[in-house]
Amino acid sequence: MSSVLVSTTINGDPIEFACPPEETLLDSLRDRVGLTGVKEGCGTGDCGSCSVTLDGRLMCSCLVLSAEVEGRQVGTVEGMVENGQLHPLQESFIDNAALQCGICTPGFLIAANALLERNPSPTEKEIRYALAGNLCRCTGYDKIVRAVQVASKEMRKKSKKTKKK
Amino acid sequence: MGNDTSYTDQKFEQVGRRVRRPDGVDKVTGRAKYGADAYAPGQLVGLILRSPHAHARIKKIDISKAEKLPGVKAVVTCEDLPDLTGGNRGMMDILENCMARGRALYDGHAVAAVAAVDKTIAKQALKLIKVTYEKLPHVTDVDEAMEADAPVVQDFVFTSGVEPKPTKPSNVSGISQFGHGDVDAGFAEADVIVEKSYKTEQTHQGYIEPHACLANMSSDGSGELWVTTQGHFVFRNVCSTLLGIDIAKLKVTASEIGGGFGGKTHVWMEPVALVLSRKANRPVKLVMTRDEVFKASGPTCSTSIDVKIGAKKDGTITAASASLRYQNGAFPANWGMIGAMTAYACYDLKNVKTVGYDVLVNRPKVAAYRAPSAPMAAFGVESTMDLMAGKLGMDPVEFRIKNAAKEGTRASYGPVYGPIGIGPTLEAVKKHPHMRAKLKKNQGRGMACGFWFNFGGQTCTDLNIGIDGTVSLTVGTIDVGGSRASLSLIAAEELGIDYEQVKASVADTASLGHNDMTEGSRGTFSSGMATIFAARNAVEVMKGRAAKMWDIPVEDVVWENGGAKATGKAHSNLPPLTLKEIAAKSPQTGGPIAGHNETVADNAGVSFASHICDVEVDPETGSTRVIRYTVIQDAGKAIHPDYVEGQFQGGAAQGIGWALNEEYIYGKDGTLQNPGFLDYRIPVCSDLPFIDTEILEIPNPNHPYGVRGVGETSIVPPLAAIGNAVSNAVGVRLNHIPMSPPRILKALDEQAGG
Ligand code: FES
Ligand code: FES
Repeated sequence: MSSVLVSTTINGDPIEFACPPEETLLDSLRDRVGLTGVKEGCGTGDCGSCSVTLDGRLMCSCLVLSAEVEGRQVGTVEGMVENGQLHPLQESFIDNAALQCGICTPGFLIAANALLERNPSPTEKEIRYALAGNLCRCTGYDKIVRAVQVASKEMRKKSKKTKKK
Repeated sequence: MGNDTSYTDQKFEQVGRRVRRPDGVDKVTGRAKYGADAYAPGQLVGLILRSPHAHARIKKIDISKAEKLPGVKAVVTCEDLPDLTGGNRGMMDILENCMARGRALYDGHAVAAVAAVDKTIAKQALKLIKVTYEKLPHVTDVDEAMEADAPVVQDFVFTSGVEPKPTKPSNVSGISQFGHGDVDAGFAEADVIVEKSYKTEQTHQGYIEPHACLANMSSDGSGELWVTTQGHFVFRNVCSTLLGIDIAKLKVTASEIGGGFGGKTHVWMEPVALVLSRKANRPVKLVMTRDEVFKASGPTCSTSIDVKIGAKKDGTITAASASLRYQNGAFPANWGMIGAMTAYACYDLKNVKTVGYDVLVNRPKVAAYRAPSAPMAAFGVESTMDLMAGKLGMDPVEFRIKNAAKEGTRASYGPVYGPIGIGPTLEAVKKHPHMRAKLKKNQGRGMACGFWFNFGGQTCTDLNIGIDGTVSLTVGTIDVGGSRASLSLIAAEELGIDYEQVKASVADTASLGHNDMTEGSRGTFSSGMATIFAARNAVEVMKGRAAKMWDIPVEDVVWENGGAKATGKAHSNLPPLTLKEIAAKSPQTGGPIAGHNETVADNAGVSFASHICDVEVDPETGSTRVIRYTVIQDAGKAIHPDYVEGQFQGGAAQGIGWALNEEYIYGKDGTLQNPGFLDYRIPVCSDLPFIDTEILEIPNPNHPYGVRGVGETSIVPPLAAIGNAVSNAVGVRLNHIPMSPPRILKALDEQAGG
């Protein structure tokens, strides 16, 4: 059983690695690329802690084979910081105590970002449904939903400002 | 000042602020390192082979083929884990649970393990291990396990707590009784008696991070272990004992922890990782799959409970009793005893008696789960309380207020209460706007109360002041939900400086004295106490340094507003010295400045909560939604209110999952049918409403700031609160948890059929 060579783009950087053909993107990201912000909670697509974007679409990396990401764009939580600045969602999660243990946080951030890119002003219900694929056992989701609400407001303010400019 | 633990009503500058936590940025950027996030050069992948049978004799394990597979560096069985426990049965149970010894006791019990250069080879190696089993009769239900002809799970277990001493082994490992007064006389006095039986199914803590560790044994007999745990010092002690390593030679570092809720207080597999590493002479990483987490890391008990309450027409309870049967999995424990202690703790009762039964079955060893044992007992008692209120025609809140425990009440489990919060939480329920929110068709409101002991325990804390006047606070209790922020606030408060000047971290076992587990809601309580005393210790040192700098007697120096001040007319010309100034001069005045504290923090301060819950039941499908939820709990003093609220909300959400959905389902063959998040469904974001919280602060008299533990009580009331709400919504009383759609539909059908 020989390895496959995968060339892909991760958080904007060109990355190449070799892995067994049956290896998941989750395992490659963690064990070969060193992106351990991507977490494994179940390995079966049920918890969302391994959430990444693939060509901008939200995915469970435990359900994707590494071989499938050849030539595509992968986004992980490590790519959310831009020019040394935390993403407004990251700021809001800290400010609103939306994490306790924090193991679910990378997945929630990726999922929430995917939501806000698609729908910049979601209702509470839309937030709850968009995040329903991510499990958090610590918070009861209360502060997570609030953090996303605050961040979406912040981001709308910011984008208005940049538009005016 | 000394180490006076008594509460003083002081004004706070730092405590109570909603500051950003010190580990926040690491956790939102993916930089924080959890159990599975450590890597060592040359590391191997460990995997465990587990029994597919509920109960079986292991006749033979043939590892020869696996050992010969290229890339396999070690294969271990119980042969590699000899008994070094010196007759300590508790330790032996941990060892036997880590690796079966001749008998597999439950579906998922470890029987062998491998370490190989990669996952693919490790998986192949597992397949090459040939285990010959002889299936044995099994039992998984708590009531069935108590029957005389039930298969005996452990032949060394004889029922304790009965006279004369039994001569035959039994699945009942212990019977314990609590209470006072004369319940028979009390029931004779009652105008109304309500009796009801209840069942609750087994649930799992469901932390999102599976158990994970990286073990690295050296050929010189020393070793290192990186592990996700609620208590690395305890893990060190257990692993050292089981493997014959000197305590000082095993360094355990706690990773960031991705949830524990009690489940990471137990050693499940770490000795296996260490022994694989020892045999392979290489680092070994061992990570459980979710399937393994469900099958082989302890869930909470399933239970079967009978409750009987008698009361006068005016609502005074004359007697209360309960019989509580708790299933502990395949190893003896005392969860039934704890259930029997907590059952009536909320009430002031003249005559009360509870009996707890601890029962063995062929299921995984039960572990602590947030206020362990209390939610099930509260489900029985608080459901019956509502039934009784109904019979008496009283408002359920008023009925509880009438019988609530207060300062001076003798608790049903023995002690006499100091100032407590049950009455105030009930009064707060009455006043809460939630109680006046309008209900629609098929909606109902319920409430229930809960109690938890809280725990203190051994604690050790260091506080070091840097040359620039910043403070490193080193604690030994694991931060499970923001305690580093809370402890930094406490240190800042004591020193009179800003929160931003303090950085708290959790030390490894080589850097600090022993600390007990972070369990029993003790993290902020006990490390907070030790932090206060360590800071006061450092203040004494700094006062001495200031005296030296000024060349005046130390008696003339006081500590105020983050600095030393000289008192008395003679020194009125001396401007105060700030902590920063004293720190800067420390090399000349006697060297580094530090404060320490070692303590056994006692009197953690009992905790009470009352919850209100509105549900909507769909009579067509039997599915139930929580539409409004309020938690009211006494925190003693909320150091960081955000994380106190977080504990309230998280516990409530776990309770809601337990009440409505979560359950271990065992097949006839005794194997677990739903070991995954797809079929064991925990609440998701769209299942829940916002969870409202109200923090009451009734100071714990035995803590300088009045702190009580807050982490656990919030999971106690939800089961009954939801049961009561369902009953008020559609008129059926569910006595079996979870109240899943099929159970609700069945109850509705029965009601319709008469
Ligand atoms: S690890 Fe991928 S969804 Fe849970
Ligand atoms: S914060 Fe712990 S699982 Fe979400």
